[in-house]
Amino acid sequence: MNGYTADEMMAVEAARRIDDGTVCFVGIGLPSVAANLARRTHAPGCVLVYESGTIGAKPEALPLSIGDGELAETADTVVSVPEMFGYWLQGGRIDVGFLGAAQIDRYGNLNSTVIGTYDSPSVRLPGGGGAPEIALSVGDVFVMLRHSKRSFVEQLDFTTSLGDDVRVVVTDLGILEPVDLELTLVAVHPGVDPDAARAATGWELQVASDLRQTEPPTEAELNALRSLRPRTAA
Amino acid sequence: MAIPLSEAVSVLVRDGDVVALEGFTHLIPHAAGHELIRQGRRDLTLVRMTPDLVYDQLIGMGCARKLVFSWGGNPGVGSLHRLRDAVENGWPRPLELEEHSHAGMAAAYAAGAANLPFGVLRGYRGGDLRGHTRVATVTCPFTGEELAAVPAHRPDVGIVHAQRADRRGNVQLWGILGVQKEVVLASARSLVTVEEIVDELRPVPGATVLPSWTIDAVCVAPRGAHPSYAHGYYDRDNDFYVAWDAISRDRNSFQAWMNENVLSAVAA
Repeated sequence: MNGYTADEMMAVEAARRIDDGTVCFVGIGLPSVAANLARRTHAPGCVLVYESGTIGAKPEALPLSIGDGELAETADTVVSVPEMFGYWLQGGRIDVGFLGAAQIDRYGNLNSTVIGTYDSPSVRLPGGGGAPEIALSVGDVFVMLRHSKRSFVEQLDFTTSLGDDVRVVVTDLGILEPVDLELTLVAVHPGVDPDAARAATGWELQVASDLRQTEPPTEAELNALRSLRPRTAA
Repeated sequence: MAIPLSEAVSVLVRDGDVVALEGFTHLIPHAAGHELIRQGRRDLTLVRMTPDLVYDQLIGMGCARKLVFSWGGNPGVGSLHRLRDAVENGWPRPLELEEHSHAGMAAAYAAGAANLPFGVLRGYRGGDLRGHTRVATVTCPFTGEELAAVPAHRPDVGIVHAQRADRRGNVQLWGILGVQKEVVLASARSLVTVEEIVDELRPVPGATVLPSWTIDAVCVAPRGAHPSYAHGYYDRDNDFYVAWDAISRDRNSFQAWMNENVLSAVAA
């Protein structure tokens, strides 16, 4: 199978890590694509939880926002935001939380708050939102982030969430997992040279001695992925 | 009884107030926000978990002195350019930030609704945010566990949109409920805009009702959440959220849009 994009490869690799029955806290963008792909393929029983309060959402199209009406219509139940963060997230009922960020360091700590200093930022980013407590309260944190020196940095400008429970970082070049606490390249996507991942990392990236290659997307995965279309005409 | 939105805003919201317009993606009170802009409110402290387009507009029009928030972006699209311009360049005026996490904001609203001085949660651990915001540590008197305490939100005015009210002013809302109930109960004064007034509130699965005596003013504002949505009435205008990125990126195109669509428009 050939002819797929780097984003599709990322979504497929993240989806493969979701088991049937896994309860996933999902944000918008690639994590939402990955979780919906898992639900449409090998993990029909995975539970999609969006922080807007929809538990067990089963959207046909990809939502643009975490509060799209279809999420509420297809959910098993809809709860208020204080209940979501209290009973469900802090209550320890979420297995996997997906996070993205503007910056990541070698320990999986993330920055989604500012570039530059907090009081006089060069770029004011949207902020942490649910991330700080997602990182503390879920079993496993999955990070999805495109590989670049701008994002994979030696020193974060700001620590928004901690990397203690980051189990995997899926990038457009490969897969990083913590080895002795430090994120290490354990797999590359088909056709990717590990040196490309080293060159796109702002710290001296360790590469596993048994570096693997990920499987390219199957036709079934790509078909399922492409049948999910964002609900916007733009 | 419902009163005109212009009258409700005029009576309930004063310059310098702490005002929370809530709605977690759903039921965002855009019409009420536009009325605040038309009436030229200044020096507001704006509170909101997810400041999106309506707060970008209020900030870009110079209504706000301070923003209390947990995530300030255009969902699924990118940055809020007016918020960024205010924080990065002080345009049209500097904006003070008090930043929290979603969990912290939710706990602060729930504490406010419960008339408690602070909310408590397992959060704000380790990251840099706690050095830049109002959070403290409390020790559980039973287990000794250290927990985060956030000061309760007690806005001067809470503003939300809802699907409908009956003629006595009882308000019914359903779908994604966000912190709608909490902000109304936490605020000293409250204003609710609704899609319509009906004779009787028929039960809807998952709906909640805010009794009339918890609300100071109910105003009819059809499509008053647009480009957000009102479940059962109209869908989220996702295309407008995408279009806002270009409209708001440039100060002149932003002001032209506001002049044409807000300042010269008439209140509901």
